[in-house]
Amino acid sequence: MKNNLKAWLYLLPAILFLAVFMVYPLIDVCVYSVEENYNFASQQATGIGIDNFRHVLSDPYFVQALKNTFLIVIITVPLSTGFSLLISLGLSSVKKLQNTFQTIYFLPYVTNTLAVGLVFMILFKKTEYTDGMVNLLISWFGGTGVDFIEGPYWAKMFVMCFYTIWVVMPFKILILTSALASVNQDYYKAAKVDGASSFRIFTKITLPMISPTVFYLIITGFIGAFKAYSDEVALFGTNLNAAGMNTIVGYVYDMLYGNSGGYPSYAAAAALILFGIVFTITYINLTVSKKTVQYV
Amino acid sequence: MNVQKKNSRVSKALIYFLLTVWAFIVLFPFYWMVLTSLKSFGAYNSETVPRFFITDPTVQNYADAFTAVPLGRYFLNTVIFTVATTGLMMLVIVPAAFAFARLEFKGRNAVFALFLSLMMIPTELVIITNYVTIVNWHMRNTYLGLILPSVTSVFYIYLLKENFESIPDELYKAAKVDGTSDLKYLLKVMIPIAQPTIVTIVILKVIECWNSYVWPRLITYDKNYFLVSNGIQEIRQNGFGRENTPAMMAAVVVISVPLIVLFLIFRKKIMAGVSRGGTKG
Amino acid sequence: MKVVLENLTKRFASRTEKGKDVIAVNNFNIEIPDGQLIGLLGPSGCGKSTALNLISGLEVPSEGRIFFEDKDVTKLPPEERGVGLVFQNYALYPHLTVEQNIIFPLQNLKGSQKMSKEAMHAKALEVAKLVQIDALMERKPRELSGGQQQRVAIARALVKIPNVLLLDEPLSNLDARLRLQTREELRRIQRETGVTTIFVTHDQEEAMSISDLIIVMKSGVINQVGKPQDVYDEPVNLFVAQFLGTPAINTLEGEIRDGKLYIGDEAVLDLPGKEDRAVYVGIRPEGFVLDPDGPFTCALDRVEVMGRDVSVVFTHEKMQAGRNMRAIIPAESAAGVSGGTVRFTLKPNKVFVFDKESEERV
Repeated sequence: MKNNLKAWLYLLPAILFLAVFMVYPLIDVCVYSVEENYNFASQQATGIGIDNFRHVLSDPYFVQALKNTFLIVIITVPLSTGFSLLISLGLSSVKKLQNTFQTIYFLPYVTNTLAVGLVFMILFKKTEYTDGMVNLLISWFGGTGVDFIEGPYWAKMFVMCFYTIWVVMPFKILILTSALASVNQDYYKAAKVDGASSFRIFTKITLPMISPTVFYLIITGFIGAFKAYSDEVALFGTNLNAAGMNTIVGYVYDMLYGNSGGYPSYAAAAALILFGIVFTITYINLTVSKKTVQYV
Repeated sequence: MNVQKKNSRVSKALIYFLLTVWAFIVLFPFYWMVLTSLKSFGAYNSETVPRFFITDPTVQNYADAFTAVPLGRYFLNTVIFTVATTGLMMLVIVPAAFAFARLEFKGRNAVFALFLSLMMIPTELVIITNYVTIVNWHMRNTYLGLILPSVTSVFYIYLLKENFESIPDELYKAAKVDGTSDLKYLLKVMIPIAQPTIVTIVILKVIECWNSYVWPRLITYDKNYFLVSNGIQEIRQNGFGRENTPAMMAAVVVISVPLIVLFLIFRKKIMAGVSRGGTKG
Repeated sequence: MKVVLENLTKRFASRTEKGKDVIAVNNFNIEIPDGQLIGLLGPSGCGKSTALNLISGLEVPSEGRIFFEDKDVTKLPPEERGVGLVFQNYALYPHLTVEQNIIFPLQNLKGSQKMSKEAMHAKALEVAKLVQIDALMERKPRELSGGQQQRVAIARALVKIPNVLLLDEPLSNLDARLRLQTREELRRIQRETGVTTIFVTHDQEEAMSISDLIIVMKSGVINQVGKPQDVYDEPVNLFVAQFLGTPAINTLEGEIRDGKLYIGDEAVLDLPGKEDRAVYVGIRPEGFVLDPDGPFTCALDRVEVMGRDVSVVFTHEKMQAGRNMRAIIPAESAAGVSGGTVRFTLKPNKVFVFDKESEERV
């Protein structure tokens, strides 16, 4: 009995904080999402229903955000995972400079993405005075420059995905490198003795052995990419709707505060839609990985 | 034999080429940011073609970054926020992890399962109500408002609990026989033994705090409470009165340096910690 | 300090079967005399560690009482019992030096018992000298060999001058040579301190060699208590007879008929006054005497030379399945053994007869 009390005392702070900032909000967000015409000032709603979801789904800004988010997910997750795998394989096959490369590759992880995003903006931006670094590069190869920050949609999406990949690569490279390092070297020795080609070694040994890690990265990659927001702000500024580069999370925050200001019900509805999408995709991912992962 | 040797040399060269290209892509923005920050305002604006090297670096931009905009203030705010959040979080999660790992009490498994299920809840979902809560508590533009929602992490409780549990049971029994109280055992034995994990958690939390943007943006509109991430957005939008890219880059350098220094010092620890407990990307 | 266990019982909820209890310690009644070294002996899983935990106070008994001298300590938490405990894996604090490990228990003392820093250091040095690790005080546990860690653990358990010292499988993590050495050491330390010491082991040789008294346990029940030689010479049941002694006792099926012990058709021993029944016969390896006219006929398998003695390995149709029988014979008397059958006479005091049903000594 004495022990029980003591244990709860140790847990009390955590429980208190979680109750106020996790559990209650979770319930509350569901309540918000069904309260129609909720007024922040009077804290009154006119009724209960799915109006908020209907409103959000028919909001062109939300549709744009949905489209942007999906594009970012579809482009960056496979590309960043593929590149990371390539680089990790390269990294694990060399000895000289391995540590140096590893350190360099990890740098973006410890930088403030808002701050470094500005550098990317400067690099890709085209102003009245200067075409910018990247456009200079393009012109060297005989191309015509384009403003990646305030120009056409595809250009903005390109720089967006480029930056996202730049930001997420460190984590993936790190995880994949340690997964590769933990594959028992005896398998490779055995395969070599059996005369297997490097390609066969890769597809028949390496890939199956690290497949749980790859799937882990894909799953977390999907989740992370669906929550894209601050990288966008870093490149295009806080008014993402104007730039046509908003994301679902951005939409949630805009609804809450900022430019459109003060509609927690719409924010809640949008957040729940996002959660539904992420949940579904993760579920599908997990199902596929269970069927595909050969070695756990 | 010779052909094989040649082949492997070619593929080695290819690998190094690939690795170098990526290293270049990673490093170039850093180079550009330092380079630009050292260019004078006039010189930068007169470059129609960007220059890759400069011969006459100036530190004027750094002075501007601290005087023309309250970068020092942002900096201080972020340090306060980071230290307070991380410190408070340790005070919350260490006892919780200890209770789960070592104390026997009714409903332990049920509560722990509940905690674990909370791990799946994304911040985006709960941030709406948290925002409303903090507004209702009149805590906008206060440190408390910034700090409170992020002082618990179920994931870190989980990580620490696992670590605590790996400490042999016998140590606890030995301490019990010696008359050690639970609290003393936690402080004198468990925490020192679990120190690597605790350091990892602290480092991860510091990185998270230093880079946090969304919550501070919601909760602060008074510049006096801006963190560096919000500060840099503010600088970008209303900046130095005119578009002063070199000064902006100086601010970016100043913001980036602390974490990079931290990383270079604790490189091994941070990388090991992130591969164990990091989630980003 | 004298330790008395009274009807001591500990039940656990069964992990495999719901609602069923496992009785780890079943109704212990025993008086452990002051200042002796006691071996608590039994196969693994017999509840001996649980018994130790009950005495230390780490576990609370389901029933029964524990006395230290006349004081009932059943309800006292471990720290108020004044016990020292040494674990199988030593449980040294890895982040503390040897000296800090030894001092750790002293830092918990409260009130009048509180010690000054100097007194603690002096005390630590004293026990460190006793276990001969005083040269290693600044090392961390991982820099020590297994034997040294063991000594640190003992020193830590002794530093408070415990009423009772408890050791859980203290030698099992050491290699064979070190084990012999350390058990002598244990004996010496116990003698020098005079602390009542109870150690748990599954190794009968270890228990026999250093204990003043051994307690043989099986499935939570005390089977026999006594001086090692007495228990060896007069086992109360088949289990105790089989558990003690290397090589193990030879067990055969037999029968008591007309005051004689029969194995198969051969009457091997006179047992006047015992009533007829089916029995198990246990014969110690040293209980055989080669005798061409002996009453006990066996099929010879091989002879193993051990120097001073030889070990004669043979089979008999009534022996326990799957195991050969073994006799230890002085080398000089074994010269003639070869081929076919061997015949023995048996030493009556090395032959034990157990009831086939109850397995109790007849």
